[in-house]
Amino acid sequence: MLALFPWLADALTYRLLALDPGTRLAEAVHFFIEDTSKIFVLLILIVFVMGLFRTLLAPERVRQILEGRSRALGYVLAVTLGAVTPFCSCSSVPLFIGFLEAGIPLGVTMAFLITSPLVNEVAVVILASVVGWKLAVVYVATGLGVGLIGGVLIDRLRLERWVEGYVWQIRMGAVAVPGQAPGLGARVRYAWGEVRDIVGRIWLYVLIGIGIGAALHGYVPQDLFARYAGPENPFAVPVAVLMGLPLYSNATGIIPVAEALLAKGVPVGTTIAFMMSVVALSPPEFIMLRKVLKPALLVFLGIFLALAFVAVGLLLNGLFM
Amino acid sequence: MKSIKVLGSGCKTCVNTAKLIEDKARALGVAIEIEKVTDMAAIASHGVMRTPGVVVDGTVVHAGGMPQPDAVEAWLKG
Repeated sequence: MLALFPWLADALTYRLLALDPGTRLAEAVHFFIEDTSKIFVLLILIVFVMGLFRTLLAPERVRQILEGRSRALGYVLAVTLGAVTPFCSCSSVPLFIGFLEAGIPLGVTMAFLITSPLVNEVAVVILASVVGWKLAVVYVATGLGVGLIGGVLIDRLRLERWVEGYVWQIRMGAVAVPGQAPGLGARVRYAWGEVRDIVGRIWLYVLIGIGIGAALHGYVPQDLFARYAGPENPFAVPVAVLMGLPLYSNATGIIPVAEALLAKGVPVGTTIAFMMSVVALSPPEFIMLRKVLKPALLVFLGIFLALAFVAVGLLLNGLFM
Repeated sequence: MKSIKVLGSGCKTCVNTAKLIEDKARALGVAIEIEKVTDMAAIASHGVMRTPGVVVDGTVVHAGGMPQPDAVEAWLKG
């Protein structure tokens, strides 16, 4: 089925627009058409299918699953569930309070919050179909690893003192789960609502990502990145992470950029470190979390994530040389 | 007079949800008093972990995402 998209891009670029193959413009347009069609079709499809099963993985369910588990099992479950439950970042604060209130340790809660934007099933499927499943597996494994280590570290250092005091005073009582009709019709309607909601929220990020990817693909000389961001430059990874810090995109939107970077010869580790830095360290998410975390914990989190992504980049560059 | 609370941090979906309820109430001619709750502690104390949440006369009827228009009508008529 995936062969359809290059075919469509060929037809539109070379026949309909009659661009000469091999020119910079044709390369960029071809990239743009192929990625736009492929990513949006996959995005709608996956979000819809996940939406059908979403009630099974609502945050209230996750809280129930994590409640009262041993710490070790809690971490593993938290990062796994974080990977498969995409939640709107505007829900991260009530979710944080809800988890702590249920007695789930701060480390386990933070492991969930770090992993959730970093790894999600939509981005993984699109990543696998755009740049190959091997890279997708590496991305998931390192993303889960970062969430796990971050959670354990916050727990070991007893950073509970850096959580705003009022959070510990809240008594939620029973979690309200409004009745949802489990019928197929209701599920399909809900799933369709999810598609409209999620695609409506991220389409611009995805389109901008594809635009940047297309520009890189068509107009940046093949040896530019290889010369400055090649495997022999030890500063390439930290610089990539620093550049990613102020940028913010959704995990899906950064994929076409990564695709173009890889094709230009940027090493796997440098590319993944850049992707993670753009996706996980975002100003909006930090502003949101400021409502429940003291500045010291936000600074700690930012420094930890930046260092973790540099480590991931250097490690992968070493492994894949 | 129905008392309705929309629980949410002020994100776009929360604002749209409040607007949807106001529009439906006007269309149906139901008198409502709508309150937007943005304080996180207050939201959490309703037992809501996904925003926006909707509380009608003290009962949580919705949590997470835009509610369906016919569901909103059912709350207003109920």
